[in-house]
Order: sequence, then C-alpha cells, then structure tokens
Amino acid sequence: MALNELFLQPLQYEFMRMAFLTALTVGVTASVLSVIVVLRGWSLLGDAISHSVLPGLATAAALNLPLTIGGAAAGITASLLIGIVESRTRVRNDTAIGIVLTGTFALGLVIISKYRPTVDIFHILFGNVLAVSYEDFATTVLLSAGVVAVFAAFLKEIVSYTFDPIFSYVAGLPSNIIHLGLMVMISLTVISALQTVGIILVISLLVTPGATAQLFAKNLRQMFAVSMTMGVASAVIGLYLSFYFAVSSGGTIALTATAFFFAATVLKKLFGSVQQVRPASQ
Amino acid sequence: MTDAFRAEGLTVVYERVVALENVSFAVPRGSITAVVGPNGGGKSSLFKAAVGLVKPVSGRVVVLGVDVAKARGKVAYVPQKEDVYWDYPLTVWDVVSMGRLKAVGPLKTVPKNDEKVLTALEKTGLTDLMNRKISDLSGGQQQRVFLARAIAQEADLYLLDEPLKGIDVESEDKLFDILSELKSEGKTILMSTHDLSSTFELFENILLLRNRVIAFGPPDKVLTSENLSAAYGSDRVAMHLVDVRRVAGWR
Repeated sequence: MALNELFLQPLQYEFMRMAFLTALTVGVTASVLSVIVVLRGWSLLGDAISHSVLPGLATAAALNLPLTIGGAAAGITASLLIGIVESRTRVRNDTAIGIVLTGTFALGLVIISKYRPTVDIFHILFGNVLAVSYEDFATTVLLSAGVVAVFAAFLKEIVSYTFDPIFSYVAGLPSNIIHLGLMVMISLTVISALQTVGIILVISLLVTPGATAQLFAKNLRQMFAVSMTMGVASAVIGLYLSFYFAVSSGGTIALTATAFFFAATVLKKLFGSVQQVRPASQ
Repeated sequence: MTDAFRAEGLTVVYERVVALENVSFAVPRGSITAVVGPNGGGKSSLFKAAVGLVKPVSGRVVVLGVDVAKARGKVAYVPQKEDVYWDYPLTVWDVVSMGRLKAVGPLKTVPKNDEKVLTALEKTGLTDLMNRKISDLSGGQQQRVFLARAIAQEADLYLLDEPLKGIDVESEDKLFDILSELKSEGKTILMSTHDLSSTFELFENILLLRNRVIAFGPPDKVLTSENLSAAYGSDRVAMHLVDVRRVAGWR
C-alpha cells in the first residue's frame, strides 16, 4: 500500500518517531484548551502568553535553570501584568495585552542577545521538531498529561468561571485560583510545544482547532471531540508535510490547522443545515 | 432578627469619581427591594460592593448578619445578559446545574437527576426546555435560566441586575410570580432597575439612588415628585412622572 508506506516509512527514523509522538501530544493538549480559549475570547491573551514565555526561557537558559520553570513563571507574570495594566490604568483589555505582549517579547530578545545562551532563538520561536531529544519528549508528555488531567478534573468549574465570572465568584467558587490555573495551563502548553511548533506558532493550535469545532458543535462534548480531532490531525499531517517537503514543521502544522478551518467553513456553507433557529415557545 | 442586607456608610470611589457616597440602608429578610436611579447613579457599584467585588473606601456591607467577605455562597447573583459569554454551547440544564457546583464540591459531578436542579427548573417553568441551548431561548427565558441557577444554589439573598431590561410584559409577569414565591419562602430580593414604569406594588421598599441615598422606604413614600427630581434632575423629571402616574394607579 502506497499510502501505508507514506505513513510508515518516515517512522523508521528515530527522530521522526520522537517527533510524531511529541506532535501528537501537543495536538491533544493545545486543542483541549483551545475550546475555552475560543469560547471565552482569549485568543489574543493566549498570543500574549505565548510571546511572554520568551524572556522566561531566555533567563532560565542564561542561568542554567530548567526552561519549564522559567517559561511558566514568565507566562503567569504576563497574565497578571495584563490584569494590572487593565485595572489600574484605564486602557482597554486588548490594549493592555498589546502592551504586555510586545514588552515581554522585546525583553526576551534583549536577554537572548546579551547572554547568547546556547538555545537557538529560531527554534524557540518556530519549533524544530526534527531535533526532539528523549528528554524533550518526556518533558512534553509530562507537562501535557498534567495539564489535561487538571483541566478534566476541574472542567465544570472552569466552564462555570469562564462562562459567567461574576456568578461563579459570588457563588463561592475560587475564581482567582481557577483563573491563575488556566493561565498556568496555557503557559505550560506553550512550553510543551516548544519543540514542535515553537512558542509563536503554538497559538495556531490554541485557537484554530476550537474555532473549527465551534462551527459544528451543538454542545460542549461535541466541541471538545471535534477540537481534539482537528488538533491531532493538524499536528500529525503537518509533521508529515514538513518531512516530505523538508520545510519548517511549525509552519506546516499551523498551515494545516488553518487549512482545516477554511475547509470547514466552506463545507458548512455548502452542506450546513439551512434549518432556522426556532425561537422557543412560551 | 438580623437584616438580610445592610449597607453602613458605604463609600465607593473609582479613580476620582465617587460612585457611592455614605450610603446606608437596611433590608429585612423576606422582602423585595428595588434599587432605582439614573444610569451612572451607582446601582451597579452598589451591587458590586454587595457581593464583595468592589472594596469600599469606607463603610461596610453586612449580608445575613456577617461581613460580605464571609457571605459568599449565601448570595446569588443574576447577571445582565452582557455579563456572560453566549458562545458557549450550553444547555439550560448545564447552566442551572452550575448553581450546585459549590455544594457538590470539586472532583464530583452534578447528577443528571439532581433534585435541586430539577426543582429550580420546575419553579421557573423551564422543565420542558432543559435540553435546549440557552442561546436559542427568548430573552425572558434566558433571564429565568439565570434565576433558576440562583435558586439551585439555595441562596438566601438574590441580587438581580437590571432584570427587566429587554424582556416583554409577559416575561416580566412571570418573573414577578417567581420572585413573589421566593419571597414567601423567606428569601430576600434586591433588584436594580432604571425603568420607573415597573409594577412597584410588589416591592416592600425602594431605594432611590443617585450616588447617595435620595430616599429609602415604601414605594408611596419614596416616589414623590421632589425625590424623583432630586434623583433624575429636573429636566427629565416630567417625563418620568408621567410614567409613574401611569403605573401608580395602585395608590
């Protein structure tokens, strides 16, 4: 089978097996979070967190600390900073995000140019899935498993908080902890995607699968299912495209996710149900 | 018996804008109070302070006999439509069951046949609609979904933020039926409105608010032309008085 070979042949290489599993893991984690990111309207916030991870990674690399800790700390700091800028000054949320996003990213570049750690800036930003070490793979799996497990365990609290923050606060749910928790989860997902799509293009996996799912899903369960299918398919297909065309894996994965979204939009236009939303009686 | 809600010299300031100035009033248990006043008159600041979302610069809020910080969970909040995210593909049941999250506790699910959720749906007349998506409902039905969620929470004090905005007369009637029933169960209700044409005969008290308390007491004592002109400013009073006279046939 030609198709079979197309799929199996690259997996003969050790680096491709590593890359395959890593991409798969990132695809699952990012697309699960994607549902909330899209529904809550946090695309720009996710973008800001992914950019702001850079100075954390750079500092950690310069000081020889684990990249994960540096990146997570930077992601959380940025999300707190956005909240402070928004509430203390009178700027709008998107402006606050814009300020923090560029500021933290610039800080990262400055730190990297000063200390020149051994990490390749291009790989951090756009991924280098073909150089996934066993250690990288283990980090990705561990972070992803942790994020998905916590997310699933507190799903109903997360949905309640993001759907109606004031009610959830008044009802006595720990809003601040849920909010911080979500910021940590997004930061960790960004870091876990470091090798596959990089911290910039990971936003495509944090936004696009959820957006595609929203076109079709009639309830939350369906939305998670479609989003995860899209995330995994984008990661895997993108990886193979990267292998066969010898181009950037981050680029092909993000492009595949984007292509799925537009294809889905067209499909929905062509075959989507024309049934009108019935106004409920009484 | 302690009051259900008491504001003591409450002052809330944003930047240099004084939203509430030395606001004091007390609401007894088992009563319905309308907070009436012009937009920007401090209604939403009062509600935010009432749930502890805004810290007053002076004064305090006492809810059900304890400081507001300790009363979380005993107060239920019925939001305005704009305060929630409508993209969520949630059903009526999904939303109402959120009222049970705190009681059920973390890491446990709310059972599909949860008694409290079903009762809340029944009380609000939503049983037949429990599997419908909330975004498909009418404005009045959506309003009742949020009220049902508050009922499922088994709160003692209900705060309704502008519940009459954008719903038709029939829905308004239904809403008042449900509120009267809650009142008869000893629940306390505080709702804000800038609409002076409401059916005020249902309310024990009206708080007329324009950053400070203009008047507080039974409707017929509060809704006088002097008070209304103090609250709304003289140029707009005439218009409001027409409204008030029209609905004040009960007097």
